Amino acid sequence: MDEALLRKVEGEIDNENEHTTWVEYWDGEELVHRSVHVRLKKSVFAEAIGGSFG
Amino acid sequence: MANSQAMMTSFKQDLLNGIHAFGTTVARGGTGADSFKAALYLTSASIGAATTAYSATGEVSGTGYTAGGVAVPAFAAPATSGTTAFTTPGGSIVYTTVTLTTAFDCVLIYNSTQSNKAVSSHTFGAQTVTAGTLTLTMPSNDATNGLERIA
Repeated sequence: MDEALLRKVEGEIDNENEHTTWVEYWDGEELVHRSVHVRLKKSVFAEAIGGSFG
Repeated sequence: MANSQAMMTSFKQDLLNGIHAFGTTVARGGTGADSFKAALYLTSASIGAATTAYSATGEVSGTGYTAGGVAVPAFAAPATSGTTAFTTPGGSIVYTTVTLTTAFDCVLIYNSTQSNKAVSSHTFGAQTVTAGTLTLTMPSNDATNGLERIA
């Protein structure tokens, strides 16, 4: 497949949780390739608490 | 100096290293780190804090994707900064040459050495992949951003 004949579409999400980019290649109305790169910015955490007596 | 009430920072690090067991634990095969895997879930799934282990229910399916997902690169040795213990995989989680046409938005990290017990879930904007690669790049391995943190 000649890449030059394909339509390239790129997109991006950038918020506090992630920075995501993707690239699509379209052959007419057909999506023939879509790759995604998600960069996680913020993760989950557990809070540890020592309790009090009484 | 005065005494203070605290959950020891070293204890938090020890938890990440599997040192303490207040209840029945498992017989470990050695002193090495466990292996972890990463499975992807559809936007219609219900993965979250109540998830106890990997399940194929709600998992993505498609060309090039094997149920259970892929191996997670080895985690960095758990460390501490301030009163937070943390660890993060040493590289990106990569699903190479897959086609996943139903939208997904979650990855479950689970312990494939210990009966597939769940560790954490991480969400992102809904995505699909067509004959392409999904790369999940990890946050910085520090007390603020590390993938697994006990604060």
